[in-house]
Amino acid sequence: MMSFDMVVEYIVSPAFFHGALLTLLITVTALLFGVLAGLVIALMQETRWRPLQLFTLFYVWMFRGTPVLFQIIFIYNVLPTFGIRLSAFVSAVIALALNEGAYMAEILRSGLDAVKKGQRTAGLALGLTRSQVMRWIVLPQAARIVLPPMGNQMIGMLKTSALVSVIAVEELLLVANQAASASFRYLEALTAAGVYYLALTTIFMILQALMERNLDPKKRRRAGEKRPLLDRLLTATESADVR
Amino acid sequence: MSADPIARPTPATEARLLEIIGVEKRFGHFHALKGCSLDVARGETVVLIGPSGSGKSTLLRCVNLLEPADSGDVFFEGANITRDLGNAPRIRRDIGMVFQNFELFQHLSAAENIMLAPMKVLGLSRADAHDLAVELLGKVRIPEKAEAFPDELSGGQQQRVAIARALAMKPKLMLYDEPTSALDPEMIREVLDVMADLSAEGMTSLVVTHEMGFARRAADKIVFMEDGRIVETAPSDAFFGGEVNERARRFLDQILH
Repeated sequence: MMSFDMVVEYIVSPAFFHGALLTLLITVTALLFGVLAGLVIALMQETRWRPLQLFTLFYVWMFRGTPVLFQIIFIYNVLPTFGIRLSAFVSAVIALALNEGAYMAEILRSGLDAVKKGQRTAGLALGLTRSQVMRWIVLPQAARIVLPPMGNQMIGMLKTSALVSVIAVEELLLVANQAASASFRYLEALTAAGVYYLALTTIFMILQALMERNLDPKKRRRAGEKRPLLDRLLTATESADVR
Repeated sequence: MSADPIARPTPATEARLLEIIGVEKRFGHFHALKGCSLDVARGETVVLIGPSGSGKSTLLRCVNLLEPADSGDVFFEGANITRDLGNAPRIRRDIGMVFQNFELFQHLSAAENIMLAPMKVLGLSRADAHDLAVELLGKVRIPEKAEAFPDELSGGQQQRVAIARALAMKPKLMLYDEPTSALDPEMIREVLDVMADLSAEGMTSLVVTHEMGFARRAADKIVFMEDGRIVETAPSDAFFGGEVNERARRFLDQILH
């Protein structure tokens, strides 16, 4: 029989709480740097300079073409032979961020491409510079297009972060697994971890729904009206109507 | 006398706002413009007509440097701007452009579309820019649509917002690139009326269009292009009075019937 008391005990235990916090920290840091890397790569692809384009092609090819788990182990175990010694946490974040960057770059590029050329031309014709056109015309429109797939990536990252347990980062899954092997209470320990994961993904989904509302100018205009949270989450998942 | 060869006005510039001399443009093997020359005087409305693919739009885009000319010269207010690409944003402030597909910024309301460039380029405050937008929306006769988004507007309304957006920069010259070609017939009129009013108020305009009614009503001068060349330049009266060469007449017959 499953003991609910034990599940609750695990959930409130400092070890689980710390593990969940670390999972969140790894996810958020890796996402932050991943989005930045993706943005840099996507903007590099926008330039017409061949060496930069080749570099981005190589980057995306390499990080999409090998397993994340491989990249994590590689960075943690192989880099030290070249004299680069990083903590397990830093290795984990770097590996996840570099991997994320490759996917983000593809998502962002599709967003930038979806903004028609005529929109840029119209901006230039008004006397805006290329970077102003990018900042005020292209990026805001691209952001709305890429937000749903980016939300997927963010939630995916939360779960992928469990992989870094292989290099002994004390994140949520490793903590749960250790607790379970010590007490043989697999059901309770893993349920506690599952509750944490679902809680974290729920927070991410709510954030995504809020961001989508913020980026939709028409919804912003109607910001006064109160919509139930569930309603918002439901519309956030049927995101096919982005123009 | 100025020592700067670029800044020196060409002879007889006083009245000329725009002077295009022998402009050439190639796209790969395609010879789009073959030595085009054209003057536009201050306050004048010049209508460019001709078959599609004749180079009308390309010529328009050479003026505001969206497609810089390969050779030849473009003088704007007496300054040679042809190769002044580094200065293009500055030059484009003074040259408004209206596109066939409107190209309103989809993420901004009608008012915000108009406010963007005055705020980011000229440094107007949000409040001043908003006042300007309201004023201009009144001028193009849709003051009630300030908060509407482009996809909530008809084609004719979108194009009028686009005209207001260009006017917000207080341009000295307006370029219209087939402004009514993407519109349903019942909306063409409202856009042409706004354009004709602007011309009547003395806005210098260079218009690519197939609307002969507009040309007859608003143009001072008609320029006929074919195959990358300017074949005929004539005052509007003379042109519609039948004093045109054979090719222009054939084109006119085609589009009028």
